[in-house]
Amino acid sequence: MKPTDIGDPEYFHKVVDCQYGCPAHTPVPEYIRLIAAGRYTDAYMVNWESNVFPGVLGRTCDRPCEPACRRGRVEEEPVAICRLKRVAADHKDSIDDRLPEIPANKNGKRIALIGGGPASLTVARDLAPLGYTIDLYDDQPLAGGFMRSQIPSFRLPLSVLDEEVDYILAMGITSHLRTHVDSLKSILDQPYDAIFVGTGAPRGSDLDIPGRQECAAHIHVGIDWLSSVAFEHLGKVGKRVLVLGGGNTAMDCCRTARRLGGEDVKVVVRSEFEKMKASPWEIEDAIAEDIPIFNNHVPREFVHEDGQLKGMIFDKVDVVYDDAGKRSLVPTGEEVFFEADDVLIAIGQDNAFPWIERDLGIEFGKWDMPVLDKVTFQSTLDKVFFGGDAAFGPENIITAVAHGHQAAISIDRFLQGGDVHDRPAPGVNLVSQKMGVHEWSYDSAITIDERFKVPHADKTAALKDRKLEVELGFDQEVAFHEAQRCLNCDVQTVFTEEKCIECDACVDICPTSCINFISNAEEEALRPALRIPARNSEQDIYVSAELAQTQRVMAKDEDVCLHCGLCAERCPTGAWDMQQFFYTVTKAGALNHAGMEMPCRQSTR
Amino acid sequence: MTYLRPQFRHPDSPVNRLGYTRQHYEGGLSTLCAGCGHDSISAAIIDACFELNIEPHKVAKLSGIGCSSKTPAYFLNGSHSFNSVHGRMPSVATGANLANRDLIYIGVSGDGDTASIGMGQFAHVVRRNLNMAYIVENNGCYGLTKGQDSATMDLESRSKKGDVNMYSPIDLVKIAIEIGATFVGRSFSGDKEQLVPLLKAAVSHRGFALLDVVSPCVTFNNHEGSTKSYAHMRNNNDAMPVDFVPMRQEITASYDAGTTHEVCMHDGSVVRLHKASEEYDIEDRQSALQAIHHHASQGKILTGLLYINRDGEELHEALGTARRPLNELTEKELCPGSRFLDSINAGLR
Repeated sequence: MKPTDIGDPEYFHKVVDCQYGCPAHTPVPEYIRLIAAGRYTDAYMVNWESNVFPGVLGRTCDRPCEPACRRGRVEEEPVAICRLKRVAADHKDSIDDRLPEIPANKNGKRIALIGGGPASLTVARDLAPLGYTIDLYDDQPLAGGFMRSQIPSFRLPLSVLDEEVDYILAMGITSHLRTHVDSLKSILDQPYDAIFVGTGAPRGSDLDIPGRQECAAHIHVGIDWLSSVAFEHLGKVGKRVLVLGGGNTAMDCCRTARRLGGEDVKVVVRSEFEKMKASPWEIEDAIAEDIPIFNNHVPREFVHEDGQLKGMIFDKVDVVYDDAGKRSLVPTGEEVFFEADDVLIAIGQDNAFPWIERDLGIEFGKWDMPVLDKVTFQSTLDKVFFGGDAAFGPENIITAVAHGHQAAISIDRFLQGGDVHDRPAPGVNLVSQKMGVHEWSYDSAITIDERFKVPHADKTAALKDRKLEVELGFDQEVAFHEAQRCLNCDVQTVFTEEKCIECDACVDICPTSCINFISNAEEEALRPALRIPARNSEQDIYVSAELAQTQRVMAKDEDVCLHCGLCAERCPTGAWDMQQFFYTVTKAGALNHAGMEMPCRQSTR
Repeated sequence: MTYLRPQFRHPDSPVNRLGYTRQHYEGGLSTLCAGCGHDSISAAIIDACFELNIEPHKVAKLSGIGCSSKTPAYFLNGSHSFNSVHGRMPSVATGANLANRDLIYIGVSGDGDTASIGMGQFAHVVRRNLNMAYIVENNGCYGLTKGQDSATMDLESRSKKGDVNMYSPIDLVKIAIEIGATFVGRSFSGDKEQLVPLLKAAVSHRGFALLDVVSPCVTFNNHEGSTKSYAHMRNNNDAMPVDFVPMRQEITASYDAGTTHEVCMHDGSVVRLHKASEEYDIEDRQSALQAIHHHASQGKILTGLLYINRDGEELHEALGTARRPLNELTEKELCPGSRFLDSINAGLR
């Protein structure tokens, strides 16, 4: 193998599994250490800069970081990253003095944001401090998009959402709420220099089976129904409720139904349990609220009498995989009838752009989705950009935020006369953590604590009150112990071959046998030849140049390295050093406004 | 801090026939200097015992005084251990071995503990062919007392301060061969490929097995001009590879044929040697000594299994002791009664 180029920021970035797995690349270990140090406000600001909605995401994120977490590869459960994020939000002080200053003199460029969800708000957050004049359009009475209309208050209290939305709106954003944009041309006709479309995926899939029309009054599309509940147009549901679908919207629907009078609420899913799209913790929470889940049931028809919904008939199926791994649902012949007063359909959602005229120069492609540049989010009409679910289909909040950051960079480049494809490099820093012979500036000791459970509100009380938050969050003490479970994967093992005397001390001490001194070979030959074969091909092998004494190389399997620092402590020559790698996705403005840092970044490190 | 070792191990850690991972053979965290060769030897002992499927409680580890003699604290936490008086480990080992011949005895000593204060004891335990593996962690200096030259320091080797050693060194390997050791090897802490199989062979040998392991002292004896530094060993080590093939395991050749020699041990395992030359017969004392001399005269250090004699009687055989460990014999066996006394007395008349 060729020596690893640790000068490439992406090498060490990939070692920080959580950060690498996060669409917005939030520096997770950095803020977890700040939480452990009790510096909640600093931890919050690290988050806020990267993911804009720490309080919201600390409750509702899809958590791609957690399955990626290295801790999950050496023991049962990853660090409760999401819940720690919430701790930072819950315990922070006022951040008013840390928010970026908004220039009084604008730069003369006007931007319209269509849709008031996380993608648009992120664009606003990134561009307002640069002096842009920003108008935000949304058809709802309040900004927030699906964070407001789709996520029930028992998971995300309105106060948390309002606070984080308001930080952005207070940057001098002109909001045009309750304003439904039904023509992009009407916006283009106005003197906007750039337009960002962040309208989400607003159309819930329907289920066209017999009886659907006849019982329309008691059959609801899940996302519309949740929205009606959120805006208090609807406060009741029948006693017996069927929720169709296995995603997070289905989980939110069934749990909301339990709070609006549903006593016998069932979730019915076509696929098997293991293939359900909902996050495992949301499924758990639904089951804990006495909601059974019926898998492998395919809806056949709505049963009604005299125009009154009676229930639904399902065909039970077996899930069969053929040799190619293709799944088919084979009816068992058994049919099942469930009684129901209301049915909520939460089987998916789609994009819809009926309001974009097709003769404006915006090309639409497959699935009637806009044709976009995957990096710049620019459409074929150069002043129009897309982001969030509107760009590439339904994803999640953190992905929308990541899109927003990138679209903001593009818009800024576009309006400052730069090339939108000329993207700013990430911000990178690599600093030794050595404090003394056996002392590091991070807690290198590895705790054996298992993942801490988060306390829940009393179930009876929670089921009576739609707005009572169920998860209570960690208190400061539990948060400290959970934070200590973090392996500090951003503190990198940096190897300097010129200093190595090949004494094997690092090999002997490494608890997880990651380090090898071995004759170099191609990767396929090297991986199985290591002391413990490197089977996880998603994780890299860190290879040094040839060593002076034996012409071997150092080869370290990054897979289960605990970042405990023992290799560096036992190294007599300092050939190993523990160095903190800080990686930030550069935000809009960095290329045009040279030397300017995000002004909110005060004393966070 | 180094005294905190993480509890987690690699999830794919290999498991031996007893169901143990290497973690079951670990000891406390080393307090020796970072980079000390002794730590590599401890790791090699862990590897050897793990791979030999030895139950840790069937091992007694013994040591004298010195950096080397601290190391039994850093491996085999589940074994019996005796950290004895300076240079007196052989006596303690002899007593323990006589009392319980069923244990595996691993002695760890250093160049000072063996070649200076313990020289007398060492000579006699070799002569008696006590059944044990005796490992000398040889760094050529007194690391605990700021690195003065030890008795194994080579002539004209330079100290860290720059002084040239003017005394002739004691070569424990040559002495041991001369006075009747039945298994003599030399190795280097930085060469586990050779050291681990040699350790396995030494533990499997019936009788006294000496392993003189050059183990650089990073703090006081790893500079240019030293003959016991990592760099010097790497440049001048003429290593004869060793394979240890446990009993019942098929032998698969991995070295060039022609110079490979197989030695069958008493327990049925086989030590395969890849010798430096055709002329060298490791079962011949003169041949071994000549080879060692020859390499030394060229400034090289010959490492590997240097000499073996499979016919030597170990101490229990020589003394004709009971098959059962003495510590298991009860009054019934030890005082068989006046009838036996009478017959013994009759035999002496």
